[in-house]
Amino acid sequence: MAQALRAETRSELDGISVSIRDLSLSYGAVEVLGDLNLDVNDGEFLVLLGASGCGKSTLLNCIAGLQPATEGQIFISGKNVTWAEPSERGIGMVFQSYALYPQMTVEGNLSFGLKNAQVPKGEIARRIARAASTLQLEPLLKRKPAALSGGQRQRVAIGRALVRDVDVFLFDEPLSNLDAKLRAELRVELKRLHQSLGNTMIYVTHDQIEAMTLADRIAIMRGGKIQQLATPDDIYRRPANLYVAGFIGSPPMNLLPGRLDGSTFRGPLVADVTGYDFTTRPRGGDIVLGIRPEHVRTGEAAAALPIQAQALVEVVEPMGADTLVWTRLGDTPFRVRLDGEDRVRAGQMLSIGFDPASLSLFDAATETRI
Amino acid sequence: MSDAAYPAAAGARSRSAAPRGRLLDGPAGLAPTRRLSGKRIMIYGGLLIFSAYYLLPLWVMVMTSLKGMPEIRMGNIFAPPVEITFEPWVKAWSEACTGLNCDGLSRGFWNSVAIVIPATILSIAVAAVNGYALVNWRFKGSEVFFTILIFGAFIPYQVMIYPIVIILREIGLMGSVWGLVLVHVVFGMPIITLLFRNYFSSLPPELFKAARVDGAGFWGIFLRVLVPMSLPIFTVAVILQVTGIWNDFLFGVIYTRPESYPMTVQLNNIVNSVQGVREYNVNMAATLLTGLVPLTIYFLSGKLFVRGIAAGAVKG
Repeated sequence: MAQALRAETRSELDGISVSIRDLSLSYGAVEVLGDLNLDVNDGEFLVLLGASGCGKSTLLNCIAGLQPATEGQIFISGKNVTWAEPSERGIGMVFQSYALYPQMTVEGNLSFGLKNAQVPKGEIARRIARAASTLQLEPLLKRKPAALSGGQRQRVAIGRALVRDVDVFLFDEPLSNLDAKLRAELRVELKRLHQSLGNTMIYVTHDQIEAMTLADRIAIMRGGKIQQLATPDDIYRRPANLYVAGFIGSPPMNLLPGRLDGSTFRGPLVADVTGYDFTTRPRGGDIVLGIRPEHVRTGEAAAALPIQAQALVEVVEPMGADTLVWTRLGDTPFRVRLDGEDRVRAGQMLSIGFDPASLSLFDAATETRI
Repeated sequence: MSDAAYPAAAGARSRSAAPRGRLLDGPAGLAPTRRLSGKRIMIYGGLLIFSAYYLLPLWVMVMTSLKGMPEIRMGNIFAPPVEITFEPWVKAWSEACTGLNCDGLSRGFWNSVAIVIPATILSIAVAAVNGYALVNWRFKGSEVFFTILIFGAFIPYQVMIYPIVIILREIGLMGSVWGLVLVHVVFGMPIITLLFRNYFSSLPPELFKAARVDGAGFWGIFLRVLVPMSLPIFTVAVILQVTGIWNDFLFGVIYTRPESYPMTVQLNNIVNSVQGVREYNVNMAATLLTGLVPLTIYFLSGKLFVRGIAAGAVKG
């Protein structure tokens, strides 16, 4: 009977590296994670994205076994690890603050976990050599963490996860303590590492650029719940609700409140939304129309598009490659992103236009995509 | 030719090569500092007076201990000795009488060493583990436990003296050095635990998490990750315990017998012995000898002590 049960769970977990089932966590009356379900595929790079306090790091700590869950189950590589110790779960973890052992050399840091697991000496040396060559740590092996730069420290921390030879890597905002340039470099290095190793990686961040560039799928979290779990492209183009629409994109999506009559939107502008890909059968009523600043066309290109309007330019922010223009549609602020070559002056009228296919429409009451 | 081709570069060069004659009247450059202002004289003068005030007794003690009795009887307690003699020191160490026996302070010194070393090691070992567990292995009621422990630091000793006498008598340690060690370990626990708890909670929690992921257990994390990085707080704890236990008089006189009296009790007995003349030089030498141990420790580890106190005190 137990045999049969195990066979059944195994088939259900085929191809799934980490499976989180009905997971809840509360401190007394405060619910941090609520009824969370998430399946991470083998070899997938999943990013947990959200503002601070959304529960993303807590979820990662639950997966790592550093934070016991109140309810629910966690499976890693087909094994139920809900009650297992962190070291028994087959995970490696990288922390924002590096968390290197300050009194040990780089080599000591890398070998600490293996010594605890009583791995034979030859095997330890072999794994350290491999990790060191992957991460270019060879010249640093005899140094103490204090003698390393931030980027080197984080590479050692990644190496510490690497030598454990595990199926799943957990990253808790690993790049947030680095300066912008180093962050971009290490981001590419991480992506390369994932491509060459093919391990499952779960990565917590509040940085949407990191999420968009690294992830196979992104889970956007808010208040301990997953708002949307989809590919970066889907999240960008088809945000599931108003929160996701406002969170992803910089500058954020323009959100215009109004009413939908048949297929006509009446708000700060009047627009025929025929051509929009409705997810549900449209009902009339209060809705919010969302359009990304970079999907707005101007001038001649706007004239050819189905939805058109005139906007008053208030502020122009040139940023080199592109220019952000703050305009006003009636009383509503409206952002437009132009090519850096376009010349716009404050005070002029700008003819703008956009395609219904690039819109996102949300029900004003439920805040979900329609 | 190049100047014509790169007008911007030419402009920059001519600006940097311009003559340095552009200063107008008024203050320029580094502001002047006055070496001896009235405020500074006040500060340094005050410091000097207070240092002299605190150092004067020490001066008198050292000088008196180096004089012979005839010279002391002449008065002039501040004057340096005309004839330096170390005889009082020798007498204080090995010949002074305490009523029953006449082998000086040496017996008390070795008793104190035998009390301080095990009491310091035991109390710090227990308190460090306490602090570590209270920070990193929270259990149900750990906060209550900690509150009770800290509350223990505020109960007056007088309340506990007699109950402890009974306890020590029942477990057969009354009068022995080990009974006194036990008392010191118990009384040192609250403050040293607090010290370690605060220090460990100031360390990044990720370090503890990383060690758990690396498979280290309760003792592995404590001994191999946390203890090696806790030198400053161990120094503070050692200093507090060694000086505190060395200077203790009350517990020493209550819980030990004359043959196992610590040095402070022995000192009191020498100084307050009633028969014969009062040998001030021997008394001073004996007092200095007794105070030498804590004094040496402060001098040797002052810097580490300050660093450790700062590290342990920041976070509550």
